[in-house]
Amino acid sequence: MTEKESTITACATGAGKAQPPKGRSLWADGLRRLRKRKFAMVCFCIVLLYFALAAFLYLAEFFDWQVGPIKWSEQVGESYQKPSAQNIFGTDIFGQSVFRKTLYGAKISLTVALCASFISLVIGVPLGAIAGYFRGFVDEIIVWVYSTLSSIPYILLILAFAVVLRDKTLFGHKLTGIAAVYLAIGLTSWVGICRLIRGEVIKHKDREYILAARSYGCSKGRIIFKHLIPNVFHLVIIDFSLRFVAFIHAEVILSFLGFGEAHRPSWGAMINDARIELSRGVWWQMLAATIAIFFISLALNIFGDALRDSLDPKLRTE
Amino acid sequence: MTTYIIRRLLYTIPIIFGVLLVTFLLFNVVGGDVSAEIAGKAASKETIEEIRREYGFDKPLFFSSDSQFIDHLKNAVTFNFGRAYDREPVTAKIKRGILPSLSLTVPMFFGLLIISISLSLVVSFVRGSKWDTAAVVICVAGMSIPYLSYILFGQYFLAYKWGLFPVFFSPDLSPVQYVALPVIIGIVSGLGSNLRFYRTVMLDEMRSDYVRTAFAKGLTTSRVLFKHVLKNAMIPIITRVVLAIPFLFLGSLLLERFFGIPGLGYLMIEAIGSRDFRVINAMTYISAILFVIFNLITDICYALVDPRVSLD
Repeated sequence: MTEKESTITACATGAGKAQPPKGRSLWADGLRRLRKRKFAMVCFCIVLLYFALAAFLYLAEFFDWQVGPIKWSEQVGESYQKPSAQNIFGTDIFGQSVFRKTLYGAKISLTVALCASFISLVIGVPLGAIAGYFRGFVDEIIVWVYSTLSSIPYILLILAFAVVLRDKTLFGHKLTGIAAVYLAIGLTSWVGICRLIRGEVIKHKDREYILAARSYGCSKGRIIFKHLIPNVFHLVIIDFSLRFVAFIHAEVILSFLGFGEAHRPSWGAMINDARIELSRGVWWQMLAATIAIFFISLALNIFGDALRDSLDPKLRTE
Repeated sequence: MTTYIIRRLLYTIPIIFGVLLVTFLLFNVVGGDVSAEIAGKAASKETIEEIRREYGFDKPLFFSSDSQFIDHLKNAVTFNFGRAYDREPVTAKIKRGILPSLSLTVPMFFGLLIISISLSLVVSFVRGSKWDTAAVVICVAGMSIPYLSYILFGQYFLAYKWGLFPVFFSPDLSPVQYVALPVIIGIVSGLGSNLRFYRTVMLDEMRSDYVRTAFAKGLTTSRVLFKHVLKNAMIPIITRVVLAIPFLFLGSLLLERFFGIPGLGYLMIEAIGSRDFRVINAMTYISAILFVIFNLITDICYALVDPRVSLD
């Protein structure tokens, strides 16, 4: 018996009061389950820490605060110094602190992953909902588009987009550095979420609450965006907590292949530098970037799994 | 059944057309006229004009009987990909790369498959115990390390520092020698996600009714696992295997790049570096065709094997 059922029976048999038991919403219930998983919450805090760091760097850059990571280009010592108490991760070829560069890299990586998520959500969720709700011809067109995109191997598609988009002008803005990277990731990765939402909307569209909304005379747009999407949105959150990791790794690979930011440090660029440095025995830049990526990926992976276990009704069996 | 196969075959036509449309939009419309780039900085106007004519950039994009799009479709249907920007035919480049790529990806793929399936059986044997939890944690941790770190550290320590393997490809090495380390790195880096996938597959099967029946009639755990669970888990496993085959032909972009193996992945990296749209276009198209074909094979196999698949 699930906990929800036990509360309901407890309320029904208990005091015998007239008022019905207060139901928990999916979100409240999910959050309550999530809070019980201590390890997942620790992971969530780690993720928050990364985001806080990125946000802080944006603020610091905006208000011109002279904090360490902003001054990453400052020379703190001689070139290629080993990790020491002064410089935790040593220095790079220009004598810049690798630790500062790693912190600054969080800003670039998280910006890319966030923007890519945003783009793929904005394309994928409405398209999936529209395809699932209207079916027929519209559905066929949308399914055709995503089947086409998904029959091209992902890595080739993303590279093709990145190659073509680099140094192009879009609406008067030149796509330099990370813009081409997150556009390439975003424009190619909406397929999964679109397919997921379409399938879920097809299941939902004949339920009573949609029928009720329709009988009130709600417009189709209102039904889709006010009723259907909020009811399937937990799937989006779950999907993205896990997909975010893939975006961070994609940014590393794209930066490494030379599409990323050329003038500011990012984790991918650091690994790219390390490729040459390793043969000289300089391993600390590589290690710093690996550790930075490792912890956010691990935290997001574990948190995403916990989120899925607590939010997805199909999996809630404990 | 025949009608199902025919319908499924016809359905691949719009998909292939879609792929061609995407590559056209990417490389001819957004990418645009790159004849000046091909010709180089010091080229005269006439040379640029000549190249523009050879690659067809002077033609209208869509709406004409002799447009670039019609050319694009014609070339794709006849598998004529023209010459790359360094004047070598694209087809020759691709043919040259297939063998080195396959010699890397095939052992990697099957090694990974065998190791992760056997480990997943072991893990589901001890499910719920501390060992199971430890295995899952190690898998997730393994998935969180960036792929590039595996390659770089593997190459640095195993090949460069300890000298167990050759650092780079060279033509006088035997394939076993230069492929060994990349294969090991590929297997180790892919083990986390694969083991986790197969563990989920096995545990899903463990919950089924027939497993309970098998246990109830007194079979031992190992007999249930190897006789019943593995057989039933074959369906998701085979799907994953068949759909992965087209990717074997693509080679491995990063592994080939780091170890200098002259396969298709290396070809792609080179093409990206020189912005050679012809090569990228051909690779995208060929891999999409392979993917569509193998997808078709999977679907037909399903229809043949599983009586529950509806043929409508």
